[in-house]
Amino acid sequence: MSELSVNHLLGIKYLNQKDIQLIFETADHFKEVINRPIKKVPSLRDITIANLFFENSTRTKLSFELAEKRLSADVINFSASQSSVKKGETLIDTVNNILSMKVDMVVMRHPNAGAGMFLSQHVNASIINAGDGAHEHPTQALLDTYSIRERLGSVKGKNVVIVGDILHSRVALSNIFALQLQGANVMVCGPKTLIPKYIDKLGVKVETDLRKALNWCDVANMLRVQNERMEISYFPSTREYTQQYGVSKALLDSLNKEITIMHPGPINRGVEITSDVADSKQAIILDQVQNGVAIRMAVIYLLASKIKH
Amino acid sequence: MSQKVLLNSKEVNIILHRLACQLIENHNNFENTVLIGIQPRGTFLANRLAQMLREDYKIKNVKLGHLDITFFRDDFRRGEKPLEANTTDIDFLVEDKNIVFIDDVLYTGRSIRAALTAIQSFGRPNEIELLTLIDRRFSRHLPIQPNYRGRQVDAINEEKVKVNWKEHGGEDVVYLINK
Repeated sequence: MSELSVNHLLGIKYLNQKDIQLIFETADHFKEVINRPIKKVPSLRDITIANLFFENSTRTKLSFELAEKRLSADVINFSASQSSVKKGETLIDTVNNILSMKVDMVVMRHPNAGAGMFLSQHVNASIINAGDGAHEHPTQALLDTYSIRERLGSVKGKNVVIVGDILHSRVALSNIFALQLQGANVMVCGPKTLIPKYIDKLGVKVETDLRKALNWCDVANMLRVQNERMEISYFPSTREYTQQYGVSKALLDSLNKEITIMHPGPINRGVEITSDVADSKQAIILDQVQNGVAIRMAVIYLLASKIKH
Repeated sequence: MSQKVLLNSKEVNIILHRLACQLIENHNNFENTVLIGIQPRGTFLANRLAQMLREDYKIKNVKLGHLDITFFRDDFRRGEKPLEANTTDIDFLVEDKNIVFIDDVLYTGRSIRAALTAIQSFGRPNEIELLTLIDRRFSRHLPIQPNYRGRQVDAINEEKVKVNWKEHGGEDVVYLINK
């Protein structure tokens, strides 16, 4: 069996096609494990993992923690709101203090892009990026594409549109890389103000008309509008955004084919998608959450296998 | 590298029939018994025995599963090569069942130790037995012995026992390879 080409998971940009294949195949095995009556394996019983969350998170943190525990790793949790970061400690000092407690792996979410990369160059531990600013969120893109593979058989050749706030989204960038690496055609759709300039240079189509985008795609990944990252107004009102870029059951039913709806969560029901869409059979939102644990188990397991005893 | 044939196709066939008969002797109609092949190589032997029990000995309800032990092994991060996982395929509960673990070669006993832990994820069995085609005695690291054995072999550590199945191309044959 081959191993990952990287020692850290900082972004999809640093992975190759074989890495993704290996992560998916390993996740298939872990998916079987987490559906057993006893959902735990002892592989990582001598590994300690620190979850450092310098930014709020619910599902990613829970998903990582569950994945770590299912692999029998020892887990310590840290969130910036309750820490010495507020007292002025630097990132490296904070992490080095934690590492001096003999931690082998760090899962980090940070509001600044590149924080994971910076850390990997300065500390001696395996780093997993759980979201860095508006840059990358690699495990989300892996679980998204894994869910597409599960639902549609493969990712290759599929048309996938990412709808909504592309500008502030780390999920969008990681998804673009992951989808392209696996041979999908990618489109982004949203108000012009929320689509980064020059994004077409990444080889993605750009569309501002949601209906056209939905008619083109096999899968629509609906992103949340990240109000917390917006310092200025990007669209006149939430109501107007929903009218232009919200997906309702009526809109889906009026298309000429059945498409798959994804959402990385948390959902703003009634904004980017309506409740009847979120709860419909076309939506695979809860599958994404379940696959998230298997994918994170696979990533942690594969990176841990590179930490020598 | 030299190799010699330990068992040829005819000998393998005779041994498989003997093992099948020994299983029947202890488990009658297999009502409360399940066969579990240990991934990767034990599954060929398990499949073959299950087929033999069904077709040659007309036992209807032979339950067969495959167990992968990769995540339960004790040498994670300790070897040169990464550990390769295989599929686990057990679509029944093992609670209160009599289990027969099936593997092609019993060497250090560490795989069986891992299997004993792994099977607990599927319930608490009544008892567990071990069937192995080749038993490399004197090379055990753990106090584990088979209940059913095809052939006992005295091989030194530099030697390797390789079991080839006709499902894999070629014929049923067991080699002793001098590395």
